[in-house]
Amino acid sequence: MSRQLSGLKAWLWQRLTAVYMALFTGYFLLTLATLPAPLHYYHWHDWLSATGPAVALALFYVALLLHAWVGIRDVVLDYVHNAALRAALLGLLVIALFAAGLWVVKILLMVV
Amino acid sequence: MGMALNNNNRPVFLDLTRIHLPVTAVLSIAHRLAGVLLFLFIPLSIYLLQRSLRDAQGFQSVVATLGHPGWRALLIMLIWAFAHHLFAGLRFLLLDIEVGVDRDRSRHSAWLVIIAGIAMTLFASVCLV
Repeated sequence: MSRQLSGLKAWLWQRLTAVYMALFTGYFLLTLATLPAPLHYYHWHDWLSATGPAVALALFYVALLLHAWVGIRDVVLDYVHNAALRAALLGLLVIALFAAGLWVVKILLMVV
Repeated sequence: MGMALNNNNRPVFLDLTRIHLPVTAVLSIAHRLAGVLLFLFIPLSIYLLQRSLRDAQGFQSVVATLGHPGWRALLIMLIWAFAHHLFAGLRFLLLDIEVGVDRDRSRHSAWLVIIAGIAMTLFASVCLV
């Protein structure tokens, strides 16, 4: 499991996802700033139920979950030295991240 | 061979009052801490997204929830974590392409990131209140 995103590949994914999330953050904040304040449900919903923004938001969460996998995996590998506990934590992490991803997909499919 | 490499007698220096971490190390530790905080916030962020998109009442309830003082404090902490993690991450990306690697410049940029993260947090706090 930890071999799938080890070494150089993990390093590269961490950075690619970081760049996408930084760009999305800029887009998100700029768009928020152009919507009339205080933000109303209809503007919020109309914005994120359009195909482009919904896909961009879905990709943001994909990037976030991949980024979290690499980062939290590094933290676990640094501080948890017991092999069984380490494997259990990394397994739980994978399950949690997958579940979070499915949850976001479900929300966006209901909105779009 | 085992005996020759047994370094159990090596000196240990853990006088916490005299250990002085360089600012770049403080920044790096804070980057990791902020990353873990942001990771813990992922499920809550998805839950709030779900409620805010469900209907107008759900949206209003999210706005009301985030208006409570306790939630506001959590939000401000997360804004710091996000800003610091983003700025420190951009600095690491620049270091990757060998921009600002030398000691003086990397220390200056570390201070800049720490100050920018705090400034962003203060700015966002003022906007929220």
